[in-house]
Amino acid sequence: MRLIAAMSGGVDSAVAAARAVDAGHDVTGVHLALSRNPRSYRSGARGCCSIEDAGDARRAADAIGIPFFVWDMSDEFADEVVEDFIAEYTAGRTPNPCLRCNEKIKFAAVLERAVALGFDGVITGHYARLVENDGVVEMHRAVDHGKDQSYVLGVLTQDQLRRSVFPLGDDPKSLVREEAARRGLQVANKPDSHDICFIADGDNAGWLADKLGSQPGPIVDESGAEVGSHDGTYAFTIGQRRGLRLGVPADDGKPRFVLDIEPVSRTVTVGPREHLAITEIEGIKPLWCGEPPAGDVDCSVQLRAHGDEHRARLTVDGDTVRVELHDPATGIAPGQACVIYDGTRVVGSATIARTSRSLTV
Amino acid sequence: MTTTPDRVYLDHAATTTMWPEAVEVMHDELLRTGNPSSLHASGRRARRVVEESRELIAERLGARPSEVVFCSGGTEANNLAIKGLYWARQSADPRRDRVVFSSVEHHALLDPVTWLAAHEQARIDVTPVDRQGRIRLDALRESIESNPGDVTAITTMWANNEMGTIQPVREVVEIARAHGIPVHSDAVQAAGHLPLQFDQSGLDAMTVTAHKFGGPVGIGALVLRRGLDATPLLHGGGQERDLRSGTVGAAMIAGFAKALDLTVEHQEASGARIEALRARLVEGITRSVPDAVVNGDPAAGPQHRLPNIAHVTFPGCEGDALLMLLDAQGVEVSTGSACQAGVPQPSHVLLAMGFDDAAARGSLRFSLGHTSTDADVDRLLEVLPAVHERARAAGLVRSRS
Repeated sequence: MRLIAAMSGGVDSAVAAARAVDAGHDVTGVHLALSRNPRSYRSGARGCCSIEDAGDARRAADAIGIPFFVWDMSDEFADEVVEDFIAEYTAGRTPNPCLRCNEKIKFAAVLERAVALGFDGVITGHYARLVENDGVVEMHRAVDHGKDQSYVLGVLTQDQLRRSVFPLGDDPKSLVREEAARRGLQVANKPDSHDICFIADGDNAGWLADKLGSQPGPIVDESGAEVGSHDGTYAFTIGQRRGLRLGVPADDGKPRFVLDIEPVSRTVTVGPREHLAITEIEGIKPLWCGEPPAGDVDCSVQLRAHGDEHRARLTVDGDTVRVELHDPATGIAPGQACVIYDGTRVVGSATIARTSRSLTV
Repeated sequence: MTTTPDRVYLDHAATTTMWPEAVEVMHDELLRTGNPSSLHASGRRARRVVEESRELIAERLGARPSEVVFCSGGTEANNLAIKGLYWARQSADPRRDRVVFSSVEHHALLDPVTWLAAHEQARIDVTPVDRQGRIRLDALRESIESNPGDVTAITTMWANNEMGTIQPVREVVEIARAHGIPVHSDAVQAAGHLPLQFDQSGLDAMTVTAHKFGGPVGIGALVLRRGLDATPLLHGGGQERDLRSGTVGAAMIAGFAKALDLTVEHQEASGARIEALRARLVEGITRSVPDAVVNGDPAAGPQHRLPNIAHVTFPGCEGDALLMLLDAQGVEVSTGSACQAGVPQPSHVLLAMGFDDAAARGSLRFSLGHTSTDADVDRLLEVLPAVHERARAAGLVRSRS
């Protein structure tokens, strides 16, 4: 097949591209320029669209012996990912821009462009496994559960999965690094990137404050009594404990957590950890990797990146999904994705719109 | 002969194939020992190579040997001219703080000028161009005459690197001469394809670099009129009239001289042959892609356009998609855009000529050179229709999203 290898400049995408070449594919390396200001230089594990990363990707492509180009996707990225990120925080939710980027950029705008240019699909260094079963491409968790990235790929549809190649899903990260070194790829020891790529210093709240300015409001407890104040609801996410700077101590002296964010009145509600527990989730904008499940099904769900898996009962009702957790989960923020699994297989995902606090806990 | 077997190289304006004779003289010289600044026999021998090369280069460029200042190439020569003249002329008269340049200059000139503005309080004055990229002399005259006493230098490229448009250098010199203002010209693209006579041009400074006409990358010269002071960028051993310290590279300079000598010797015949190839290329492109627009001055000749560059806009296509698809077919061209971190930016040159963003992004530069053949053009024309169709389809996808 003729394939585009999306090369971030990191070790995973480099090895993925090399493996695809070994498998006999005709591979062209493409680095996606996503930032409008690529003049930032990498330090440690932060940021992923710097000049240095483009250079690392180019050197990896040279070493593998494939053509290499940079595609400027910064307009699409700004419109679809960065704007959405700001809008979601403004609305009191906690978005996951990596999922959004996969849904709208890497496996949409990039894939579409690749197909138009005569390519059959896209290779990435994501840790997930694709298995063809009865004519359907199934996506499964990676063998290395610590590195598994199926959560951020839960937004991909069957059409997108059919044009995707994930060569790393069967191996642990350590082995991929060793392989990179063996192949003579300079990126073998480059640190992994963890943060949001367009916020180079990792200070999300500071970045949002720059974009949105000061929007002060009250911090209240569950009785409505004001216990503090803040400069913008965007600095908070459900379950957050740090940075509340509460003037009034809790009656029980225990730490308090963000329970709710109400963007219109700019009210942040805090309370004890126990009150973070939820058992019901309403999800919207579902995306299915294959056929949507019919009626009620038992499944498991993952509610944030690197989060635990929860046993659950799923009910699909058109464009709404309802998830009843068998056991309570804490710190579940609207805006995050609820990715639905059947064993290791990804069934699909929905955006968390509402959660209900368990009254029984 | 193409550069690499099985590749069709149509990017000679980026760099061109070395003359084998230049490689040969370099090879021989590299095997000899001697620093041209040393006083012993080996040093004297190396010195002789440098000076004989300097004399040959000077003769071929219509300059005096002492006016040829060797440096690392076009970027350094431009920096030396612009910053060196700025500092020297300002220290002679502090009222001089204005640099006048055109809106279509290469980054190797644009960036030193903007650096002077940012760090040395220079005022910069951009002369606009017409749609072909030619300086508007009326605007230049007005700009100069508004206050001729504050200008450190005027600079205009001799020929544009994206469209090959040739600037009215003589007329610029006339405007400047009335006020005693020095004029510099970046002649990097012109040097391989036009007969350059520094003395007859009336210029005060001129940039050339060897690799654009079949010499090695990494050696060039600023031709600087005798008696004109410039402040050096590099301080050290005092080589090159004390304008450019650093050990003088005899082998590089020998390669430079040989390449220039051969280029000028063959220029007339080669120019006619290349112009004919270009005509066939342009005719073939517009036949297979009827809405393609050939930009720049349609007329050939030393007052109009370089013979070797064809700049073409493909409506509805992105230049980088075309480039990638052509590359996959073994045909190598340029979008002519400045790449920073490999991110294609629409060329400031095209925008200055009045192109909109889409047209600026949807253009390719085909540039021929002394090794270009009919077969190169044939191969391009053979693969272009399918490549264009694909790029157009991808362009539609892009504009929809």
